[in-house]
Amino acid sequence: MKLNIVMKKALRLVLLLLGVSAAAFFLVSISPIDPLQTNIGQAALGSMTEEQIETLRQYWGVDVPAGERFLYWLSDAVRGDFGTSLLYRRPVMEVIGEKAGYSLGLMTFAWIISGVVGFLLGVISGACKERLPDRFITGGALFLSGTPAFWIALVFLTVFAVELGWFPVGLAVPMGVPADQVTLWDKLYHACLPALTLSVTGISNIALHTREKMVQVMESDYVLFARARGEDPRSVVLRHGLRNVILPAMTLQLGSISEILGGSVLVEQVFSYPGLGQAAVTAGLGGDVPLLLGITILSAILVFAGNLAADLLYSVVDPRMKKGGEPR
Amino acid sequence: MSEQNLNTLLKIRDLSIDFLQYERGLRRRITHPVSHLNLDVEAGQMVAIVGASGSGKSLLAHAVLGILPYNAVMTGTMEFDGQELTKKRIETLRGTEICLVPQGVSWLDPLMKVGSQVKDRSALACYGLGPEVDQMYPFELSGGMARRVLLATATSRTPRLVIADEPTPGLPLDRARRALSHLRDMAEDGAGVLLITHDVELALEVSDRIAVMHEGTVVENALAGDFPYPQRLNHPYAKALSRALPQNEFFGGGAI
Ligand SMILES: Nc1ncnc2c1ncn2[C@@H]1O[C@H](COP(=O)(O)OP(=O)(O)OP(=O)(O)O)[C@@H](O)[C@H]1O
Ligand SMILES: [Mg+2]
Repeated sequence: MKLNIVMKKALRLVLLLLGVSAAAFFLVSISPIDPLQTNIGQAALGSMTEEQIETLRQYWGVDVPAGERFLYWLSDAVRGDFGTSLLYRRPVMEVIGEKAGYSLGLMTFAWIISGVVGFLLGVISGACKERLPDRFITGGALFLSGTPAFWIALVFLTVFAVELGWFPVGLAVPMGVPADQVTLWDKLYHACLPALTLSVTGISNIALHTREKMVQVMESDYVLFARARGEDPRSVVLRHGLRNVILPAMTLQLGSISEILGGSVLVEQVFSYPGLGQAAVTAGLGGDVPLLLGITILSAILVFAGNLAADLLYSVVDPRMKKGGEPR
Repeated sequence: MSEQNLNTLLKIRDLSIDFLQYERGLRRRITHPVSHLNLDVEAGQMVAIVGASGSGKSLLAHAVLGILPYNAVMTGTMEFDGQELTKKRIETLRGTEICLVPQGVSWLDPLMKVGSQVKDRSALACYGLGPEVDQMYPFELSGGMARRVLLATATSRTPRLVIADEPTPGLPLDRARRALSHLRDMAEDGAGVLLITHDVELALEVSDRIAVMHEGTVVENALAGDFPYPQRLNHPYAKALSRALPQNEFFGGGAI
């Protein structure tokens, strides 16, 4: 029974990864970008001999049909070999490992901060329905949700980095400092502003959803009854409110990893932060198919894991699901 | 039971509850589910409120406990123990001196164990619920168990006023009788009990008075002893209820 579910989920993941990588491959293959022109340049190409150009065409796989290339890639990938990045000239996994170090930290921070802050704001807002704190929070969240992430990133960059000078303008480490002299503090300092930006863009979703749920809970019969039993508003929110909104909020946040990922691409671009998002953009524009596919696969796995965790959460935490299968 | 010298515990005068609703944009609509309602409950007495579904019985109960929905507007006066029952005062009294037995299991927090929602756990035993119920979640209760848990939430204290909103549906007759006799005992101990019910017959067995609610107001307030005799009642709706009692079936009556 349990094994059956695991098998099903595993099958789903395999199908998902196949579909996603095929789609990514197809999209790159119909892209009008010529990798030679983009990466080597018109002028350089003009000064090369036919043989040189032919070698390059082979390197970038320009003449091999897309379907064939995909099958080559796939047969290697299932054996765990994701190929070599054409742009970085290093194994894809190595490049991803390095970039992910930056990005995952950024995203984890943003995911937790936006989750916690958004949840708390949503609870406060819902508990004070239509009073001042609620109007304030809802207004702010609606404003944020209607604002593109890159615009927020630009505003933060202008205000906090350029005008106020509190944070560096970009990059993940100080410029001109040898790699072995970069301290952890340097890295954190550079990650601050991108991470904050990414957090802010994630807050409104969770805050608004939590507020809706909280309003429902506060109008529920069991909250009325709690009040009728003499519980004061604070105890009602803490004892019954939190208990009943935390599960939906966690589910939502686990399911919104894709949004954080999407946001990180834009934010990394604005802050010239050398993470996965930026690598994905470079790989896409430069026709570096192996790298792009590697990043795509990693993202798909992250999103899948988030959704899976959301599914499992209920069966592990919610007493109705946990005991549901057992006899009374 | 003499009517005199009884001290009036709950006194409701001219109670009206209006709902402000918005339909299609800004068109305001006001409904009046409860209007100009008068009711007294004396200490040591059990008053049954009977009436059709939607006649406003639950709203009356919620008004006394101060848990009306936020879009409700309440007018009129309520007195508890001779003093006005203001919003502030309700907040200090509910849960201790005024207790509610709610209408259904949805009134229990679905994610909280039953034991934590019943202040005095020993009260569960009074209703024949074993110690294992303490650790159960509301979804694990059968309909009848849920009823008894709800009853236990109120009877676990020694309130001066108990408002029980349809505490018996779903219980077999003997259990229903036993539940009502628990409430009756509380009245014997000096509490005022307001029993909201559809079951006129059972109400007659335990109550001192029957108040008939019809379209949001109390149209008849009769001694339990008078209620089976339609000729002793004034309002046509109350007469119809009386005629529908099994012992009056002979006269042929309307349904409730
Ligand atoms: N929140 C609300 N908004 C608008 N109307 C409401 C609201 N709550 C109740 N009403 C209306 O008030 C009327 C009385 O409701 P109430 O729940 O008091 O009925 P009741 O006599 O307890 O019925 P039942 O025997 O079915 O429990 C109903 O017509 C209902 O539609
Ligand atoms: Mg009701």
